[in-house]
Amino acid sequence: MNTMIIDGRRISFEQEANVLQVIRGAGIDLPTFCYHSELSVYGACRMCIVDVAGRGIQAACHTPAEDGLEIKTNTAKLRRIRKMALELLLANHDRDCTTCDRSGSCKLQDLAQRFGVRDIRFGQRDVKAPIDASSAALVRDPNKCILCGDCVRICREVQGIGVLDFSHRGSKMTVSPAFNKELHDVECVNCGQCAAVCPTGALTVKNEIARAWQAIHDESITVVVQIAPAVRVSLGESFGLESGKSVMGQLSTALKQMGVDKVFDTSFAADLTVMEESSEFLQRFQSGTDLPQFTSCCPAWVKFVEQYHPDILGNLSSCRSPQQMFGSLAKKYYAQELGIPAEKLFVMSIMPCTAKKFEAGREEFQTEGRPDVDVVITTQELGRMIEETGIDFAHLEPTSLDMPFGFATGAGVIFGVTGGVSEAVLRFAHETVTGQELEHVVFQEVRGYEGVKKASFDMAGTTVRIAVVHGLAHAAELLKAVKAGKEAFDFIEVMACPGGCVGGAGQPISAQMTASNQNRGSGLYKEDQLLQMHKAQQNPMVNSFYQKWIEEPGSEAAHLSLHTRYGSRKRIQGEAYELSQQPEASVDVQVCVGTSCYLKGSVELLKNLKYQVGKDEIDEQVKLRAAFCCQQCAEGPMVLVDDTVMNRVGADRLPEVMHEIKDKIAKQRQMLRR
Amino acid sequence: MIQSPAELQNLRDRYAKGMAQQKAGILVCAGTGCVASGSLEVHAALEHALKEQGLHTSVQLLLEEESTGGVTAVKSGCHGFCEMGPLVRIDPEGVLYTKVKPVDAADIVAALDNGEPVERLLYRHPATQQVFVKESDIPFYKHQTRVALANCGHIDPNDIAAYIAKDGYQGAANALSRPPQDVVDNVLEANLRGRGGGGFPAGRKWSIAASVDADQKYIICNGDEGDPGAFMDRSVMEGDPHRIIEGMLIAGYAIGASQGYIYVRAEYPLAVERLRQALSDAEAWGLLGDNILGTGFSFALHVKEGAGAFVCGEESALIASIEGERGMPRPKPPFPAVAGLWNKPTIINNVETLANVPDILRRGVDWFKNSGTPSSPGTKTFALTGEVANTGLIEVPMGLTVRDVVYTIGGGIRKQMAFKAVQIGGPSGGCLTEEHLDLPLDYDSLQQVGAMIGSGGLVVMNEETCIVEVARFFMEFTQNESCGKCVLCREGTRRMKEILQRIVDGQGAESDLGLLEEVGESVQAGSLCGLGKTAPNPVLTTLQYFEEEYLAHVRDKRCPAGVCPGLKTFAIAAEDCVGCSKCARVCPVDAISGKVKEPFVIDREACIKCGACVDACKFGAVVEVA
Amino acid sequence: MASVDLQNEQSGIEFVEQSVQKWGRSPSALIPILQDIQQQYRYLPEQLLTHAATALELPPASVYGVATFYAQFSLDPKGKYLIKVCDGTACHVRKSMPVYEAIRKRVRLVDGKSTTEDMQYTVETVSCLGACGLAPVVTINDKVYGQMTPDAITAIIDMLEQQEGEV
Repeated sequence: MNTMIIDGRRISFEQEANVLQVIRGAGIDLPTFCYHSELSVYGACRMCIVDVAGRGIQAACHTPAEDGLEIKTNTAKLRRIRKMALELLLANHDRDCTTCDRSGSCKLQDLAQRFGVRDIRFGQRDVKAPIDASSAALVRDPNKCILCGDCVRICREVQGIGVLDFSHRGSKMTVSPAFNKELHDVECVNCGQCAAVCPTGALTVKNEIARAWQAIHDESITVVVQIAPAVRVSLGESFGLESGKSVMGQLSTALKQMGVDKVFDTSFAADLTVMEESSEFLQRFQSGTDLPQFTSCCPAWVKFVEQYHPDILGNLSSCRSPQQMFGSLAKKYYAQELGIPAEKLFVMSIMPCTAKKFEAGREEFQTEGRPDVDVVITTQELGRMIEETGIDFAHLEPTSLDMPFGFATGAGVIFGVTGGVSEAVLRFAHETVTGQELEHVVFQEVRGYEGVKKASFDMAGTTVRIAVVHGLAHAAELLKAVKAGKEAFDFIEVMACPGGCVGGAGQPISAQMTASNQNRGSGLYKEDQLLQMHKAQQNPMVNSFYQKWIEEPGSEAAHLSLHTRYGSRKRIQGEAYELSQQPEASVDVQVCVGTSCYLKGSVELLKNLKYQVGKDEIDEQVKLRAAFCCQQCAEGPMVLVDDTVMNRVGADRLPEVMHEIKDKIAKQRQMLRR
Repeated sequence: MIQSPAELQNLRDRYAKGMAQQKAGILVCAGTGCVASGSLEVHAALEHALKEQGLHTSVQLLLEEESTGGVTAVKSGCHGFCEMGPLVRIDPEGVLYTKVKPVDAADIVAALDNGEPVERLLYRHPATQQVFVKESDIPFYKHQTRVALANCGHIDPNDIAAYIAKDGYQGAANALSRPPQDVVDNVLEANLRGRGGGGFPAGRKWSIAASVDADQKYIICNGDEGDPGAFMDRSVMEGDPHRIIEGMLIAGYAIGASQGYIYVRAEYPLAVERLRQALSDAEAWGLLGDNILGTGFSFALHVKEGAGAFVCGEESALIASIEGERGMPRPKPPFPAVAGLWNKPTIINNVETLANVPDILRRGVDWFKNSGTPSSPGTKTFALTGEVANTGLIEVPMGLTVRDVVYTIGGGIRKQMAFKAVQIGGPSGGCLTEEHLDLPLDYDSLQQVGAMIGSGGLVVMNEETCIVEVARFFMEFTQNESCGKCVLCREGTRRMKEILQRIVDGQGAESDLGLLEEVGESVQAGSLCGLGKTAPNPVLTTLQYFEEEYLAHVRDKRCPAGVCPGLKTFAIAAEDCVGCSKCARVCPVDAISGKVKEPFVIDREACIKCGACVDACKFGAVVEVA
Repeated sequence: MASVDLQNEQSGIEFVEQSVQKWGRSPSALIPILQDIQQQYRYLPEQLLTHAATALELPPASVYGVATFYAQFSLDPKGKYLIKVCDGTACHVRKSMPVYEAIRKRVRLVDGKSTTEDMQYTVETVSCLGACGLAPVVTINDKVYGQMTPDAITAIIDMLEQQEGEV
């Protein structure tokens, strides 16, 4: 047993990675801005400095826990330095706390209070940087950034993307997307984890509370609310209740009091998703096509695939996410049932997720030119709306949800935790394949919080191989192995956020991220246990919905309203790059050099093309350009000759391209002659 | 390809004899300073003059059997006495010509025959007017002991043979013939301390790295000499690149590394060029690559160009930079000697440190410890600049006093002005005053007074230098060069600069001095890396030693040195002004107006107090008024 | 001299590609590749940085982060003559700032801009060039001029312009 002396007390420890963890374990909340056990150690905020006997002042986060250390955490000098660091940070911080979205959950504000920083003896920020509100999901306010790098690391390390990084240096350093572009112009997948770890209001969830109230207060509009599974086990945290405790009943009461017309459960739509997605899977599994099938409920993951792995777009389940299935059926069918025009029906989602805001705005999800989901409110925002009304949430009498879409089985409820979709699909598939009733509905193999879980299941003699991942960096890694043929699966569930939707960035901010996510997950499993039904196929409301409107899973009507198609997407917006510019040029030739085409050799093609154009002496007529992505990645390398798209252009097809170009030139000349 | 130590020795002897058989050797300084002053044209003129005289000229070292008895005229590295450049040295006598112009070439060549040096080109002591023929007699050189700089200015850096003739690679040959641990022990025993900053014993680093088991280890030579006012590493890299290669070869062998990187500052293109040349020559001669000198040891070197960031002089930032990232220091531990470049054990030594290694191996530990002090053995190079009579690069035994350096070698203060302070160790160092003139220059003595030896920049200041303005200058430098990672350094240096700017602008308050100290102490104690921890030194030392001057600025709104623009006002004395308009022409903001041949006037509102008019006026008509 | 005008450069992408071939596809090749681009174009065009990011499989934001960290790199085009005034300690105490001001005045730079509108001159200060013995020092397109004064540097620029006129 190792021990160290902390402020005179002998503390024993075992596996702790660093002195900071030992100190916190000993009941001392040593402050930090830049330390997260899930991320790499950065060591920049200097708040966790301690005095180590024989070594002097060091940051506890990067001092390895060693036997026999003697540590002081609270000396006059340490306090002076911490307070100075806070004062310096505050001087450079836009201190409009009263109107800040993070007031009350801001670590900087909290520590400034704790340390009693009352006087800032330095000047203000030199320049006010513009606020970036371009993203559907997030708002970036550089004036509040304290450069702790938490967002940079979570985006790179957990999501494997790296949308944000530091730029410039010294006192001019900022955190920004590439070329200081706006978030909607770059490869952000809107997962919002950056905002979840941001200690201040520099990255916040886009606030759409006003739009929600506006609809609620509009008498002419019927407001229908859908509540995602993960919301019920986290909203209570906003009112001092423990995480993991389901507050669905109180939530229903509160929403009605607030003036909402109908309160439904997204888990109903999740049950529907299970039916559709499982049927789709079984069909693919039996025919051996488009495997592995990837889930598509997570909009961050979908955008990730569109940007980086367009070649597997066909492997994504074509099912819309539960949110969008709900929106579609509400606008297409429920409005009819109510006998009101679709535009008088307002669908408001309560989601644990920021990417859902982006998803709701996608062109794919519209009915008669209007979005199926009108507004997406995160758990955080809902908590604030309830606070505003003054409703004593913790003491509300629970009420039940409205029918028909208020009825859900446990299958739809566990969608909110990593492994839940897989388990729900297994519960369906198992019965369908074996034709026998499934008694033990718990599939322990797909539960738990490891980054990647792999399991095989025997169904009537055939083996189904399943992988469950959360965190897009894990997903990218697994995908690499799958593409390289090192591993093979039939079904892969991907959720972008740690822990699945329970860890979504729209959830109440928690200091103990991992712990609260796991409590919330357990809460969902408990809810499943308490419910009467655990399988989507048991849901009577789902079955009657099929009978009334769309026949059966996979039917044409189902495809029309519950499925979709995704396309590839540029990673970063930019201009095409001119390689030659002749005023007489009449044929416009673009060669895509985006990642996917690049890896398939488009640069070589471009070079050969340029050479050939020069050699054939038609360079006067050809305007050759390199495009940064033509969004045809699956079909690359891609060449565009005026408006003719040529896909899969390997080196051997150069003559074809040349032929096409010359053909175009000849035609134009003919036109001119006339 | 040299295949054995014996072959190396043999080659050395034949080159040395070849050199001795030549009539003369002419070394034209081709360091950056002299090149800027036109030394390449001088070299060309000398070649031309030699040809005219019918002398057989060689531009590289000749072997014994190749020797013609003619003249070897080569371009050398920096002699260190940049201010007197272009410099030309005549061997074997060691005559030094200063401020040579192409037109002097014929006379220099003629002098080779008649034995009478060209007197007008000899160095003349500014105070005593004494004329010196030999370089080694000039006071600037006489009191130096050159080890790291031994060959700088004395050989052609682009000629590997010249290095070999000066016992080059003998240290490596010696090391390679012994067990690696022996070599580590040697350096440990010599107590060779890091010449780039903190003075951490190189041998200790080596023994840590040597003791770690790893499939790959690296040696990095830190040539990111970023301290303003320091150029010793540049001179060694430009003037004697093989010495660095040899030092790295020895270090690599000692710790078991087969790969090395020389990280050179972006601002030193000539050093990069010379190192690249030296690397490829060493490979061609079998002194780098596989099975060096037939010992079975293999070692490969790469030159890595920095991209302009002072902080990359910090070990972990340098590593991040080689790995292709922003040069931001990483938390330690782990230390690079355990997990450095690509997470492999890595030794990073500064150029000058490595330049000392070959001689320690060749001449022994006792020889090394013979100079310097017990706790700081050996010599140290200093870049002597500022308001000192003889600026340039020097190398002296550790423990010499500031007075020795500034007065004996440096020739005292320019223009007979009074000594005020010497800034030592660049942005990490401190300012020392008259009371420190007898302080020995070694690691520990300097640390005790709040300064540090740093890389060895010595900037001498006279009574016309404002110490507060100098402190502001350093804070401006560090806040620009701070990587921005840790809060205290990023925000602290910026606010310290802000306060100092306020003071020199005449807006300071007495409470600012306490605030400066408070911020400075926090930055010093709490920053992540060495750059941050030492950044407040120039301010804290000046606050301690020049408190009166600070008080004059904030309390009396007066700059005793008459430098701070915010604290002075210029006017033109009408009785002295002849109306030549020169002041109006040099004024950068067009604040001076008037009619030619009539007195001019300064618009006080527009004046930015740069002092250009004062310097321009030949009649002393522009005066400072209260 | 390399052209600033991208359109006249035959193919920036080919140039980057050659540089990638030379330095390899690992992240450690990034800085040398950026140095190649900087040398060729005298700045780092956004498209070429994006392309380098693609080639090295790095996030564009990280490439941007590296490009803005190091003083050697510029994201804005620079003038035909790049004038750097050393403001190292030695140069500073020997009055480099009046020299800097004189240059700015001579090439008519105003409002804190560092490049003239006709793209002829870029004027910058630079931390120590290591030629302290010749302080104060100015470099024009890497040629070093030592012991400068406001008058001397103005005369040098006059000469440059005269030569320009003759060409």
